[in-house]
Order: sequence, then C-alpha cells, then structure tokens
Amino acid sequence: MTRHVILRALAKLLIPCIMLFALYVQFHGDYGPGGGFQAGVIFAAAIILYALIFGLDEARRAFPPRAMELCVAAGVLLYGGTGVASMVLGANFLDYGALAHDPVHGQHYGILLVELGVGITVTAVMVTLFFLFAGRRRVE
Amino acid sequence: MDAQLPALQIVIPLLAAPLCVALRASRAAWLIAVTACWSSLAVAISLLRRVLAEGEAISYHVGGHAPPHGIELRVDALNAFVLVIVTGISAVVVSASRASLSEELPEKRHYLYFAATLLCMTGLLGMTVTGDAFNVFVFLEISSLSAYSLISMGRTRRALTAAYQYLVMGTLGGTFILLGIGLLYMATGSLNMADLAERLCGMESNRTVQAALAFIVLGASIKLALFPLHIWLPNAYAFAPAMVTAFLAATATKVAFYVLVRFLFGVFGTDFAFDAMHLDRVLMPLALLAMFSASTVAIFQRDLRRMLAFSSVAQIGYMVLGLSFASELGLAGGIVHLFNHAVIKSCLFLVMAAIAIGVGSTNIEDLRGIGRRMPLTMAAFVVGGLSLIGVPLTVGFVSKWILVRAALEAGLWPVAAMILASSLLAVVYVWRVVEVAWFQAPAEDAGALRRPPLGLVLSAWVLAAAALVFGVFTDATASVATRAARMLMEAGS
Repeated sequence: MTRHVILRALAKLLIPCIMLFALYVQFHGDYGPGGGFQAGVIFAAAIILYALIFGLDEARRAFPPRAMELCVAAGVLLYGGTGVASMVLGANFLDYGALAHDPVHGQHYGILLVELGVGITVTAVMVTLFFLFAGRRRVE
Repeated sequence: MDAQLPALQIVIPLLAAPLCVALRASRAAWLIAVTACWSSLAVAISLLRRVLAEGEAISYHVGGHAPPHGIELRVDALNAFVLVIVTGISAVVVSASRASLSEELPEKRHYLYFAATLLCMTGLLGMTVTGDAFNVFVFLEISSLSAYSLISMGRTRRALTAAYQYLVMGTLGGTFILLGIGLLYMATGSLNMADLAERLCGMESNRTVQAALAFIVLGASIKLALFPLHIWLPNAYAFAPAMVTAFLAATATKVAFYVLVRFLFGVFGTDFAFDAMHLDRVLMPLALLAMFSASTVAIFQRDLRRMLAFSSVAQIGYMVLGLSFASELGLAGGIVHLFNHAVIKSCLFLVMAAIAIGVGSTNIEDLRGIGRRMPLTMAAFVVGGLSLIGVPLTVGFVSKWILVRAALEAGLWPVAAMILASSLLAVVYVWRVVEVAWFQAPAEDAGALRRPPLGLVLSAWVLAAAALVFGVFTDATASVATRAARMLMEAGS
C-alpha cells in the first residue's frame, strides 16, 4: 500500500476524526442517540481502516492482540464491577442510584461506566475478530 | 448480603470468566473457575434452604426497578433445585477438568475453555433464576454461544462440524423461543412471567397466544433434544472435549427442560397447555418414541461416547414423559429424573474421559478386559450404569418408580409397562460394556494402560456416590421435587 498516496493521506486525516466521533457517540450517549455498542463499533472501524491501509503488522504493533484480549475482559469487568459496586453500597445489582450521594448523579455515573465497559469490549472483540480472520493464512 | 444471593448466582461466574481471560495462565484460570463454581454451589444451596424454609418465592429486582417493568429474578423451590444441580455438577466437573484437558487442548488455550465454561454456566444459571421471559432468551443465547465454542474445541476437525450443526439447530431453537416470547408480548404487553400468567387467563382462544405456545414448546424441544429434534446431540457430545460433554450433558439439556416446564406450568398454565391445547397428545408419544428408539440405537453404537449420547436422548424422553402426565406426581417424577440423570450422565462421561486417557480410545471393542486393569474407574461405570437402568438402591430407581406410579395414577398402564420395557433396553446397552470390560480377556496386542488422573477418577466417584446416597435416602430429592411440582400445579390451575 506504499503507492496509494491519496488513500494513505486521507486515512491519516480520517482515522482521528472517526475515533473522536466514536468518543462523542460514547459519552454523549446519555443525552442523544448513541451508546457503548455503537461507539465501540465506530472505534473498531477506525482501527480496521488503519489495518486495511497500513497493513496488518502495523496495526498489530499499534494495537497488540494481547492488549485487545485484555480489553475484552476489562470491559466486562468494568460493567460487572459497577453492578457489584452498587451491591457493596447496599443497593441491588446495577442499581446506580447508590453510586453517588444524589441518586440522579448516581444513575448518571452508573450508566456512563457501564456503557464505557460495553464500548471497550465491543471495540476489542471487533478488532480481535478482524485480526483473527485477516491473519488466518499467515499463522498456520 | 443474604438479599443479594439471587444476583450473586449469576454475577460470580459472569465476572470470573473475564478474570480467566485476563490472567491467561492455565493453573490460575483453573483456580478461579473452581473457586467460582464452588462458591456458586454455596449460593445455590443457601438459596434452596431459604426457599424451603420460607415456603415462598424470593423476588429480586435488578437495578432496583420493580416488576413487571423491571427485570425480576425469582427463586422458588423448582428453580432453586435446578440451580443446585447445575452448580453442583459444574463444580465437580470443573475441578476434575484440568488433568483431562491437557490431553485435548494445548495448555495455552486452557483459559479459553475455563472462560467459556463459566460463561455457559452464567447463561444456564441466568435462564434458571430469572423471572422475566425475555431475559430467558438473552441468557439462552449466552449459554448457547459459549456451548458452541466449547464443542468446537474438540480434538478432531469433526468437532467443528458438530459445533456448526449444533449452532444451526440451537439458533433455530433460540429463534423459535424468541418468536414465542414476542407473540406473548404482543398479546399481553408484558414480559414478566408471573404477570404473563395472570394476563393470559381467559385468552385460551387467542390465536396469537396459541402460536406463542407452539413456538416456545418447539424451541425448547430443540434445545432439550426431544426426539426427533435430537439430531444435533450425538455428534456434539461425541466430538466435544470429554470434560465439555460431561458438563453439557448434565446441565444444558436439563435447563432447557426446566424452561419448558416453567413456560408450560408457570406461564401458560395446565388448563391452557394440556386441557385446551392437548399438548400431552404430542409430548407423550414423542417421549415414548425417544425412550425406545434412542435406547435401541444406543445398543448398536460401537463408540462408548455415542452410546452414552443416545442414552441421553432416551433419558430426556423419561423427563418429558413425566411432564406430559400433567399431574403432580408425573411432574415430580420428571424433576427427580432431571436431577438423577444429571448426576448419572456426568458420572458416566467422567468415567469415559478416564477411559479415553487410560486406553487411548473409546471404542467399546478396545475396552476388553479393562475392568480388571482399571477396577476403580470401571466400578464407577457399573454404579452409573445400574442407575441408568433403574436398579433399586440407585437414583435411577427413584425417578422411574415415581413415573410408573404417575402412569398408573393416570390409568395409563400400557405406559407404565413401556417404562419398564424401555429400562430393559438400557440393561442391554449397559451390559454390553460391562461384559466387554469385565468378562473378556484383554486383547493380546493391548498396549500399556496409562493411569487416568486421580482427580478425574475421584470426581467420577463423588458423583457415583451421590447416585447411591440419593438412591437410598430418596426423601431428599423426591420431597423437594414434589414440593416444586405441587407449587407449579397449584399456580397453574
């Protein structure tokens, strides 16, 4: 892909914008349309675009598969951990109201954390799947 | 912390699974999985004790949102009993699995097995504990997806096709259940099971509700491998890693059976499902066919694993038969058989795993004379086999006795005769293995035996001992099952 100057230049411009947009969808999700799943998919799309333009090895260097696997676990742990935190604070599982002094704030923090967990896991799962399929022939 | 037990039942394995992935080392993942399984068992036992002591269902509101709009976890005598079975079997199997697993999976992939097993357990426990119909579908998908990946970990490439076949059938089953739940929602506007049961009163002639019943029964029948929808099961059991088979055989189909019971008796009610729609006229012949045809096929299997798999299909027939009587006694028989078969089958599959390591094959012909060379292992097989037949003083006798009584109570003496006759078929296929293993001389060219790991044999014996203990002290399981059945029949009529 060294010859496709236009593609490379455009991708370099686009990828940060896509990632930023993903973060917007992620953190603005409780006011407007969006949320962890959509944001995760958009973020993963940026990484996959990077891999398509600059090659799989480059992408693997930037996003090591082992780190992605850790992210898969971390997202679920963040989600479940938020639920456990509300249990520890004396409310039911995933009752975010207990997370802050004011229940409304608690609900806000809770959904933010849970959606962040969803976003991390969705991104990591999509990238891992892409790496696995794209790298199938080489490894074996 | 007592009030949080229903949620902990799901949360413990759910969070242990990503921990296994994060730590990655085989031993660490195993330790986490074992801890999670045994603590889940402790949670399940304390839930069961609480339900039996208090006599009424425990309701838990996830996220603090009250039902029927919020998701409710609802534990009563029936699902607390199923929870104990699922967690108990998982605890024993997962504890035993590290030694056997090294034979079938490279060590660097062990953590995936433990993570998938824990996720599958999460799904199964979630399906059991929830009081929300849509939640059943969500957890069903969690358990199914992890089960497919578990099966595909088998040693041969045929495991992949077996997993794929199960994926196609399982997705069909899951989709049918989802369609049924969607139709129920359309007709009533509710997803909470208790609320659904109330709203469905007097809707017997509603076509939407009738279609929902058809879809849910069909979907659950695929998942529980009711004859003739069982075709995915023998291959899945035969080609999955041995420990996966021991785990799934005792849990996955059992929870699917529980879901069927819950929907028929807890949501639709006996009046609608049996008196108006005459489901017993469909389920009873299929159950009888399963008992006879699958047992007959089992007799002609050359491979021990496939033989046990077909025997599972036959045993599922007994459970469905109990349900199809639509009486308190029949239902209790089905529920007791659920417990008994879970214990027996996982014991037999653990023995099979030990044989696979010891002999290097599960072909029945290759087992000549191993009774004398692996006496402890094969003795566990004999105990399991006797329970499968239903010999007195083993658990198998308890459930068949209740089923025969239920058949006589319903005035269906030919069915009672058929229960006894199909047990004779079990004698044939169990005896075939016993004869080869104990009464034939070892082949001349038989290679040296490898010692199966002690943990594996020990675990098989824990379950074999359970089969004997619960066969002698029949009250422990039968009384819980009778209570659960009475509760369902009272609620459903």
